[in-house]
Amino acid sequence: MAIHRSQEMSLFDGSIIRPAVVSAFAKLDPRDLVRNPVMFTTGVVALLSTVLFIRDVASGGAYTAIVGQIAAWLWFTVIFANFAEAVAEGRGKAQAESLRKTKTETAAKKLATIDATTHKQVAATALRSGDLVVCEVGDTIPGDGDVVAGIATIDESAITGESAPVIRESGGDRSAVTGGTRVVSDRIVVRVTANPGESFLDRMIALVEGAKRQKTPNEIALTILLVGLTLVFLIVCATLPAFASYSGTVIPVVFLIALLVTLIPTTIGGLLSAIGIAGMDRLVRFNVISKSGRAVEAAGDIDVLLLDKTGTITLGARQAAEFIPLPQVNERDLAEAAFLSSLADETPEGKSIVALARQKFNFADQGKSATFIPFSAHTRMSGVNLETASGLVEIRKGATDSVTAYVADKQGKTPGGIPKELVQAVERVAKAGGTPLVVARDNRLLGVVYLKDIVKPGIRERFATLRQMGIRTVMITGDNPLTAAAIAAEAGVDDFLAEATPENKLDLIRKEQQGGRLVAMCGDGSNDAPALAQADVGVAMNTGTQAAREAGNMVDLESDPTKLIEIVMIGKQLLMSRGSLTTFSIANDIAKYFAIIPAMFMVSYPQLQALNVMHLASPQSAILSAIIFNALIIIALIPLALRGVTYKPAAAEVLLRRNIVVYGLGGIIVPFIGIKAIDLLVAALHLA
Amino acid sequence: MNAAGILQIVVFFAVVTAGAIPLGAYMARVYSGERTWLDPVFKPVERLIYKICCVRADQEQHWTVYAFSCLMFSVIGLVVMYAVMRLQALLPLNPAGQAAVAPDLAFNTAVSFTTNTNWQAYGGESTMAYLTQMLGMTVKNFTSAATGMAILVALVRGFARRQAKTVGNFYVDAVRSILYILLPMAVVVTLALVWQGMPQNFDAYTEATTLEGAKQVIAQGPVASQVAIKQLGSNGGGFFNVNSAHPFENPTAITNLIEMVALIFIAAGLVFSFGHMVGDRRQGRALYLAMAIMLAVGIGIAYWQEAGGNPQIQAMGVDVIATDMAPGGNMEGKEVRFGIANSTIWAAATTAASNGSVNSMHDSYTPIGGMVPLVNIMLGEVIFGGVGSGLHGMIVFVIVAVFIAGLMVGRTPEYLGKKMEAKEVKLAILCILIFPLSILGFGAAAMVLPAGLAGMSAAGPHGLSEVLYAYSSATGNNGSAFAGLSANTLWYNSTLGIAMLIGRFLIIVPTLAIAGSLAAKKIVPPSSGTFPTHGGLFIGLLIAVIVVIGGLTFFPVLALGPIVEHLMLGVGTLF
Repeated sequence: MAIHRSQEMSLFDGSIIRPAVVSAFAKLDPRDLVRNPVMFTTGVVALLSTVLFIRDVASGGAYTAIVGQIAAWLWFTVIFANFAEAVAEGRGKAQAESLRKTKTETAAKKLATIDATTHKQVAATALRSGDLVVCEVGDTIPGDGDVVAGIATIDESAITGESAPVIRESGGDRSAVTGGTRVVSDRIVVRVTANPGESFLDRMIALVEGAKRQKTPNEIALTILLVGLTLVFLIVCATLPAFASYSGTVIPVVFLIALLVTLIPTTIGGLLSAIGIAGMDRLVRFNVISKSGRAVEAAGDIDVLLLDKTGTITLGARQAAEFIPLPQVNERDLAEAAFLSSLADETPEGKSIVALARQKFNFADQGKSATFIPFSAHTRMSGVNLETASGLVEIRKGATDSVTAYVADKQGKTPGGIPKELVQAVERVAKAGGTPLVVARDNRLLGVVYLKDIVKPGIRERFATLRQMGIRTVMITGDNPLTAAAIAAEAGVDDFLAEATPENKLDLIRKEQQGGRLVAMCGDGSNDAPALAQADVGVAMNTGTQAAREAGNMVDLESDPTKLIEIVMIGKQLLMSRGSLTTFSIANDIAKYFAIIPAMFMVSYPQLQALNVMHLASPQSAILSAIIFNALIIIALIPLALRGVTYKPAAAEVLLRRNIVVYGLGGIIVPFIGIKAIDLLVAALHLA
Repeated sequence: MNAAGILQIVVFFAVVTAGAIPLGAYMARVYSGERTWLDPVFKPVERLIYKICCVRADQEQHWTVYAFSCLMFSVIGLVVMYAVMRLQALLPLNPAGQAAVAPDLAFNTAVSFTTNTNWQAYGGESTMAYLTQMLGMTVKNFTSAATGMAILVALVRGFARRQAKTVGNFYVDAVRSILYILLPMAVVVTLALVWQGMPQNFDAYTEATTLEGAKQVIAQGPVASQVAIKQLGSNGGGFFNVNSAHPFENPTAITNLIEMVALIFIAAGLVFSFGHMVGDRRQGRALYLAMAIMLAVGIGIAYWQEAGGNPQIQAMGVDVIATDMAPGGNMEGKEVRFGIANSTIWAAATTAASNGSVNSMHDSYTPIGGMVPLVNIMLGEVIFGGVGSGLHGMIVFVIVAVFIAGLMVGRTPEYLGKKMEAKEVKLAILCILIFPLSILGFGAAAMVLPAGLAGMSAAGPHGLSEVLYAYSSATGNNGSAFAGLSANTLWYNSTLGIAMLIGRFLIIVPTLAIAGSLAAKKIVPPSSGTFPTHGGLFIGLLIAVIVVIGGLTFFPVLALGPIVEHLMLGVGTLF
């Protein structure tokens, strides 16, 4: 299975940069800034140092040039942080723009009743939840809704990017339609389920734009930690003048401000919201829409993943793997019967039987006159009636009980037990994880075709990866426990739920949650809705019913259940990016102390020069270099914040060690080098 | 530094660890309400106490009730002790005829003993009557220690329980701490000290004539019993002014070892109890290792600096190398009986463990040697720390460490299966803010107000260290003094008193709130997605978080105090 690739967008696209620059300045509005306490603090002291600069210019202070530069760099710090957020939002906005293009003003054909033959032309925006509309070939569906009558093929490429049209029909699990998609064939009647402005498309646009972005639980907790650290450093800087005056030093206020801003976690503070927006954005580029950031974050915490067998773990179709004749039956006879009955069978299973029979016995197409009996849910059999020289030959293949009943009927007996030999063959197949298909010719049972569930290639490795990440996979299947166990073993899932019903699925989720685990699942049908709602992360397939799409907290536009794995990884990456940059930000402070403390007390305690391990040129250049580094590091880390830190699935301890080395130790070392380099430049340019 | 000194450090750690492991298991049984071998003796007493005090032992408390009980218990104890000191002249058992204690000193002292600080702005033998020592100091030594232990137990229950509303019963936890742990251990230690020749009497002070013919008053009294509990309960308040440097308070090498081990013993044992109570002994072991490593580094630095001596004295041609006949190094302020190794072990351990008793004068240490005790306190009194309070303080840092680490592995952070969310982070931050707020706030005020500056005996960076040390010691509920500071003034008595209250109760309340919040949570079973909190990586991370948070907070003032003093000592400037 291919691991999904997202559509990449260049990090610094010109069309994003230009508006972002404008927006970075617009975001200086205190009402926006106050949402981010660290940056708000920076903004306040930037304002204060600007006032000090103006005063110094007017009265001729000792360090006017330095004060001016510090004030400027403080503003840059805030603007850089705003810029990071604006770039992250810009990427979403670009996406929203392309979505919005599909939201052109459409007309709707409103029906009075479901059977009405005439419709009234109204604007799509006039539609309310509960209204009925008819959509015919070429029409754009005016709003979200459920198909209540008819069947149609619909082009959903506007939303999913997938060009192949999909089928939508009333009843069943494929009844949901999305506003903005186009009917390609046939006619359907849709009951609108969303008022204007609340449609799926509207919500999607709002989400990718980050307009209604709310802080997620971990983001709130982290913000509290950052506020705490900010307060600690406020106390440190506020009390320092007293200690300094005792020590015979008067610290210029602007130097204290510089110390404060370099110490408070501006790096993570400035990038925090960009990381969050970028995380959502990454999900969108995987064609998954999350209804809240909370769900994305929860995805990183998932302990148990419930996956449907069919289509997720195994290929949708089964393949014939073996012919198992009953005793006294020739394998060739069985194969031939199966071959003949499947010739006209267009299902993948039927085709695979034909292919296997040809490969083994080299049958040729026979021109006998044949009547194909298609599969029906009622008979649970399919087959063929052949006109041969010796009369009519009836071949049937199907479920064990149906075919044995059929044979018994042919023999004139009342349907009774299943022959022992057949039971053995059937069980053999079931134990191996396959589906037995019993074949009979007239009144004689021939044997069993072993239809094998084909586990998707590569899925085993993916489950191993998940296990490494600490996630347990549970396969959900309607198969009997015997078959389920065999497939579970072959696919390498940790557990399975056989003979699954909506009820026991829900019970399983509740049981796991009771044990303190977080559960993710995906589903499409209406009967999945309760489980989707109960799961901590419920991914609804876009092809599914409206009920399922409402119940889940994410919607996969490509309707690919294996995408849950990527969703989990994106969730983890989001948290890791925050944690790593927090560590980096705090670790940075060590170098900044070594730059600023000796510089501040140079006059009264020249011996403190021993702490000037970077040998910075002068106290002024030391302070200036620290504050410049502090501002530039935000810009330097924007790509990392938007991309997220690299995440390779591994045990937590391995990840922790790696990130501590890279962002912890790195965070200690980088500013020593960076500040020194900036100091050299500052000295060379005679800025201080 | 020599082999004998290093051996003494190794012996100290070996004895503490060997004793703390079984003690931890025993204490875990006590707090889980399981049967112990002391039940036949103390069970009836325990029941009687509950009966008299109308405590319903089987009724557990919500964290708010638990906190309220703890605060009330402390407030009443504080008022009673204040009254005893103010009235001591009228009360019996006062053979030395001590006068009533002044209001500000009585406030300071009552707060000090209620908060398990035992900061002493007075000299015991010249201020306190025997009754005050026993009814005030000794009783408080038990109750304040038991309070700390009860808070810890409530917090540990928060981790151990799932979806529970209550965190235990404060009165039961306090009573059991005293009856089953503090009292029996104090009895054993007292007997050992008396055996070594420590006074335990109600006699009036003896007048002696020295060889030179001078008259000397020899103070005595019920010393051994108070020394035992002051060490065991991480109290530290000496019977005599010079604390355990006094020959009656620490007569022999054996009492020195006993007292040194005792001052950290219960705090060390509780770390192992924690492991037992949360059902994963590796967790206790990991925290123990983190604490032991930090203590060992502290002792190592102090010993290395003190053994190295003062470079200026060395420059005068004095031999500072230790030999069999000479201790070498910096012996100023140290007892010749104990030497450098035993003084530095004590200095580091007593400040790490929030005990505060001393057997040498930290003021006389080399700048960096003296910075070790100061930094031990500033880091939050979490390196073993006070009985109970040290570990619950450590757990607050664990929450912060786990939070950062948890994010770095891409999961909502969790510790022992409990998710660390906004509420826990907020409360942990509240606890962490207390130290900078109180130490730097009061310290800065003292630096600019004449009342603060008046108390300093040394100038320059050394004077700064004295004041910083005083507020650190008070906020950290340590109680040791750097000496040199004249702290018995209205300014210092009041501000240090307030610092002690802040450092105790403003940490207890959020800690209990954390306990309540955790107890209500589910326990997430561990998987390979959760990082183990018992391995070396986590121990290293935890140490880094403590050192970095403490370091970033206090580096500027340390630079202006001991660090610059050290650098100036090198070039010959002394204070």
